[in-house]
Parts: sequence; structure tokens; C-alpha cells
Amino acid sequence: MAKNIQSLERAAAMLRLLAGGERRLGLSDIASSLGLAKGTAHGILRTLQLEGFVEQDATSGRYQLGAELLRLGNSYLDVHELRARALVWTDDLARSSGESVHLGVLHQHGVLIVHHVFRPDDSRQVLEVGAMQPLHSTALGKVLSAYDPVAHSEVMEAERRSFTGRTVTAADEFEAMLDLIRAQGWAADAEETWEGVAAVSAPIHDRRRMPVGAVAVTGAVERVAPGGVLRPELIAAVRDCARAVSRDLGAGRF
Amino acid sequence: MTDAHTTGTHGTGPFIAAIDQGTTSSRCIVFDKDGRIVSVDQKEHEQIFPKPGWVEHDATEIWENVQEVVAGAIVKAGITSADVKAIGITNQRETTLLWDKNTGEPVHNALVWQDTRTDALCKELGRNVGQDRFRRETGLPLASYFAGPKVRWLLDNVEGLRERAEAGDILFGTMDSWVIWNLTGGTDGGVHVTDVTNASRTLLMNLHKMEWDDKILSSIGIPAAVLPEIRSSAEVYGHAKGGILDGVPVASALGDQQAALFGQTCFAEGEAKSTYGTGTFMLMNTGSTPVNSYNGLLTTVGYQIGDKPPVYALEGSIAVTGSLVQWMRDQMGLIKSAAEIETLASSVEDNGGAYFVPAFSGLFAPYWRPDARGVITGLTRYVTKAHIARAVLEATAWQTREISDAMTKDSGVELTALKVDGGMTSNNLLMQTLADFLDAPVVRPMVAETTCLGAAYAAGLAVGFWPDTDALRANWRRAAEWTPRMDADTRAREYKSWLKAVERTMGWVEDEES
Repeated sequence: MAKNIQSLERAAAMLRLLAGGERRLGLSDIASSLGLAKGTAHGILRTLQLEGFVEQDATSGRYQLGAELLRLGNSYLDVHELRARALVWTDDLARSSGESVHLGVLHQHGVLIVHHVFRPDDSRQVLEVGAMQPLHSTALGKVLSAYDPVAHSEVMEAERRSFTGRTVTAADEFEAMLDLIRAQGWAADAEETWEGVAAVSAPIHDRRRMPVGAVAVTGAVERVAPGGVLRPELIAAVRDCARAVSRDLGAGRF
Repeated sequence: MTDAHTTGTHGTGPFIAAIDQGTTSSRCIVFDKDGRIVSVDQKEHEQIFPKPGWVEHDATEIWENVQEVVAGAIVKAGITSADVKAIGITNQRETTLLWDKNTGEPVHNALVWQDTRTDALCKELGRNVGQDRFRRETGLPLASYFAGPKVRWLLDNVEGLRERAEAGDILFGTMDSWVIWNLTGGTDGGVHVTDVTNASRTLLMNLHKMEWDDKILSSIGIPAAVLPEIRSSAEVYGHAKGGILDGVPVASALGDQQAALFGQTCFAEGEAKSTYGTGTFMLMNTGSTPVNSYNGLLTTVGYQIGDKPPVYALEGSIAVTGSLVQWMRDQMGLIKSAAEIETLASSVEDNGGAYFVPAFSGLFAPYWRPDARGVITGLTRYVTKAHIARAVLEATAWQTREISDAMTKDSGVELTALKVDGGMTSNNLLMQTLADFLDAPVVRPMVAETTCLGAAYAAGLAVGFWPDTDALRANWRRAAEWTPRMDADTRAREYKSWLKAVERTMGWVEDEES
């Protein structure tokens, strides 16, 4: 077993000290409680303060637990919150693109569809909220695999089934595709999951730049990628939508 | 129409500007020909509470805000008055203002629809008949919401006002009239008008003739000299004078709920919309005849386009819907955000036998029982907070069902589909539950801002921007549809339990307390 890191142990002891009993403590109280020199204690407290785990009261100079600890415990973004925030933007994306829009999150080794806006024509369509999509072949799944480390490890460990002749299954080829997605900021699915269907997707981030989901435009391949080329204005519209939702999540979360 | 292959562009116009003078804020939205939003500006105004139960607005502040948001929306859209073909108005209904026509100054703050200071006056006006004294003529019960008794209160309580009113120096209006009068010049030739939908909320208009009712005016004690001219909802009342939209026709007025009905393109008899906010308002188009309600609904005007015959509607409201979710968040602390109610409710398959009737200030349509108070019933040790969350959502759905049933009884028309809008439509479980309980499809349109859109549509029709209501229907886009999945036996059993729970709420407040 590797040797323990002393400063981390001391930092943990400080957080426990601040969490129990009296909520606000002065520097000398902390230092003496833990048997540390004041200078050593101050250095650790300053680092914790910079990370947001500890806050210093401006008038008394005493230390208390910081808001970041609370956020660590509550970091999970409610998918229904995500849908509520995305509603206006996804409606507008469907309307401007003329195609259907889906919002997906990582769930049990796949993509869970949490929101679906119909293609704005008069055709009968069925709400797909609650449906699952594969991670490795859909535009939503590829975006999540590229940006979310949990999704990435899941997709690399799982069997990547071939749905059409275009599905990318080989590990090295798949990793190279994810590199490209990270570099360009969006993913596509050109008949890699369903024959005749193409999609473009972009990632949604929360205020700490954590990937929390993805938004995609999906439609017939001849409309979304006429002549085998994705329409650039569709890519721009999807990325605009993802940015707008991300902005809304950052503005109002806490 | 939009080329399906273009994205993100709104073209170069022309456009329609809609003003929504609401209860908490004033907004202006610019729409393009496809009914898509080009720009939005919004500003809140102060809520003034002089005494418990009294709610007022400063009408001068409101008019300043309206001018600001109109300018804001036009600037954000990057357009000029030449690109705007018409201005449409929608407004908080029933809020009442009197002002001096020579100076343009309000004589008192506006009395807001929620203000209950006229409760006693309404009882007194009912005389030996009760609250239905004017229902046959107006479609409304004598209740403190409506404008007529508020006018009387102002005339009785502002010193010297009655004399000035009788001399013809004072004008009355709901917020549509106030905005239109100021937009069209104010003291410099402003037109003093209201539309049929707003007039139908005053308790002063005869629904069958679309005229002020002389008998009611003398019963309530209001001089005819203060009244605006009643016009249709979609016609050019005048032109904007001064300001950023100088010279643009002012071409529609609709009360907010009627505007939502219009924006949802409920143009055929039997079509209905329901708006899910803190409370819920459901309106059903009943065609060219006003349907009397024997089941606790209001009869009101839906809209009137130019010189075409008026279209009537039945209205039912639910006092507590979104506010129940807020209560679960703020008072019970069971959830951290309103959206989380769905997460919690989805963690269980059903309500576990629990029912929640949120009769916080009595039961409204169709019961009208002020003696009722809220209950949670059917509790066992099996019930968890998730079951209660489910019961919260089901309460909104069952109350919609009760209003829908009352509408069917009164009109003889079965609901074929319900068009929904408002903040709670982002709750997927609620929308599915609604479809299950109504046994009818629930449809959400692509533009959530149906109120402003309705005002824009009416104004656009008046100036020929859109040719007819068919063109507006063609603009309507389905964003989502929930179809019923519940079997008939379960629905019937659950409804029976809900009705039992409703019974448990009644008679809680004893006579002397109420």
C-alpha cells in the first residue's frame, strides 16, 4: 500500500473538526485542536478555502464549512429539471430545423430519452420519452461517451453491436471517433443505428462544466445529410441549442 | 410558411408585436409570420398590499413599463416600426382602473382581480336573489373578481369622484383600455375602447347583445359616461401616437385566458385549452351560443373577429395546481425544486391509496364550497412521500377531469382532445396522468407563449397579415402528445376514490368562521 499523504489527512481532520460541534473556529483553535503549527494549519485552510470547501467569515476571521461541500453531496442534476430548462430551446430547435428533437442522459449503460419534441409536420408521432438508445452508435450516445468519463468506460467495456453496415464497433476506431467528437464539439449518426435515419448531437454542461446530457436533431438521412453531407446549419442549430440550455443550467442552479 | 430546410432565420419580416400586460409583469413579444418568437422583453411591476386581501397596481408604473418593454423587444429584434404591421394587446383580466380624461392621471391605484375588498358589496348587491342575480345577463356570479363592483367601490371611496364621473371627466377601463388609450395618444385623442372578452368580465355587459346593460349599471350604481366603447377583439382601434411604434395600428385586445384559447387555435366548437400555472384555467369554445352553466362554470366571450358573430366559451378554474407543488417544496420540504416532484412521484407505480384534495381556500368549480378545506386521505403505514407526490400530481389531473365533466354536462359536447400550455406542461408524468384520467389525448403546442401569440394572431388577422383562421391553424405545431393508457376499470375505481376524498373536505369550516 502506498504511503498516506499527510497534508490530505490533515485537511480531512480539519473538515471533520469544522463539521462537528461549534460551527465557526478561529485559526488558533484549529491549529491547537489538531496539534499543528499555526503556519501549517493556515496553509491547508487557505487551500481548502480556494477550493470552496472552507469559508472565512469576513468580520471575525473564523472558519466554517464552504458551499462546495454541499454541492458535492447534491451534484446529481434532476432529469426533470433538465427537461424543464430545455423545453423552450428544444421547441425552437424542432421548429427551426423541421426535425424531431431528443434530449438524452446516461442511464444503465445506455441513453435514456428524457424529452422528445415532435417533428413539426402534421404526421402522427409517438412520444419516445422513457425509451433507451445504445451508447456506441447514436449521436446522443456518442456525445455522452466522448464527454462523460462514466459513459466512456461503460461503452468501452460493453459489447458494441453492429446495427447496420455503418456501425463503428472496433475499439481503436471508436476511440478515434470520440477524439474527433471532442475536438469538433458535436457527434453525428449517419445510418449507424437505423437505416435511413441520421442525427446530430451536442453536449449539455452544468455550471461546473460537467456533462449532464445531450441534445440531438434526428430525421431522414436525405434531409439531415443530403448527398452524404450533414447540413452545416443543422450542426450550428444543435450546438446553439445545447449552449442555450447549458447557460440556463448555469444561471439558475444554486 | 417556413422552408423546412432553413434553420435559425426569422427572415426580414414583417412582424407583429404583442403586449401582455399581466398580473406580475408586462411583456412584449415580436412574432414572425410563422408564429415564431423573434424577441422578448419583460418587466415586473410592484404588487401593492395596503391591507390583508387588498391588492393594487400603480397604473402609471404599468404604462411606463409597457413603453419600456415594447422599445426593448423592438430593439432586441433589430427592427423598426416600419417592419411591424400591427400591435396586439392581451391583459390580466378584471383589474379595474379609473382615470381623469383631461390629465391622463389615474384617480386611484388599479384594483387587481385578486383583491377581495368588494366581498361585502357583492353580497349586498345580490339582495334577496344571491350571487346569481346577474348571471342570466352576464354569465357570471356576483364575485369580488369582476370589475363592476370594483368601479362602484372606487366611486364610493374616492372623494368627489362620483360627481366628476357624472360630469364626464372620468374614464373606466380594464388594463386593455388603459394601454390602448395611452398607446393611441392618451389626452391627445386616445381612443377609449375595450373588447368583448374584457367587457364580459365586468358584470356590466349583456352577453347576448354585447352591450352595456342599463339595468345592471343602475343596480350597481355606475354612470354610463365612464364606460369605454365595446368593440370586437380583432379590429383596428386606432394607431400608436408617439413612441417607438408611432403610426402602427393597434389591432387586437383579448383577456389573457381568451388569448391563450386563440393562440391554441381553438376555433371550433368543443375545442378546449387548459393553462397550467400556479392555478389552472380551462376554456372550451361553445360556438355562437352562450351556454348557461348549471354546473358551476362561467359563461364568457371567447373572442370576436371584426364584424363576425362573437364566439362564446365556458370557463372553469382550479385555484391550486402549480402552487400545490410549490407548497410541497417550500412548506413541506419534500422536494428541492418543482421539477423534482416528477422524480419523486415516478419512483412509485401508483398513489398507494392516498388522495390529496388541496381545497386550501375552499372548493372552486364545479362545487363552490367555501366551507371546504384541504385533506390528505387514505393514509396507511404503506404510504411514502413518493405516494403523496403522486397524489399531488393526480389532484391536478382529477380537478381537470371534474371541470371537463361539467363542461360536457353544460354544453353536451364531449372533449375530443385537450390542448395544454403553461409551466407544468414540462411535467411528463402529469401530462400522461391527465390523458389517462380524461380518457382523451393531451396535446402540447410548439410555442409555449400561447397568450401573447393569441394577441398577435388577432391583431394580424385584423390587418390582413394572416388571411383567416385556417392560416393560423396551419401555423400550429404539435410538440408532444400523450395518449390514454389507463384501462377503464382502473380509471372508474380511482375516480370514485377521488370523489370520496372530495366529500371529506366539505363542511370543515363552521358557519360562524366562514
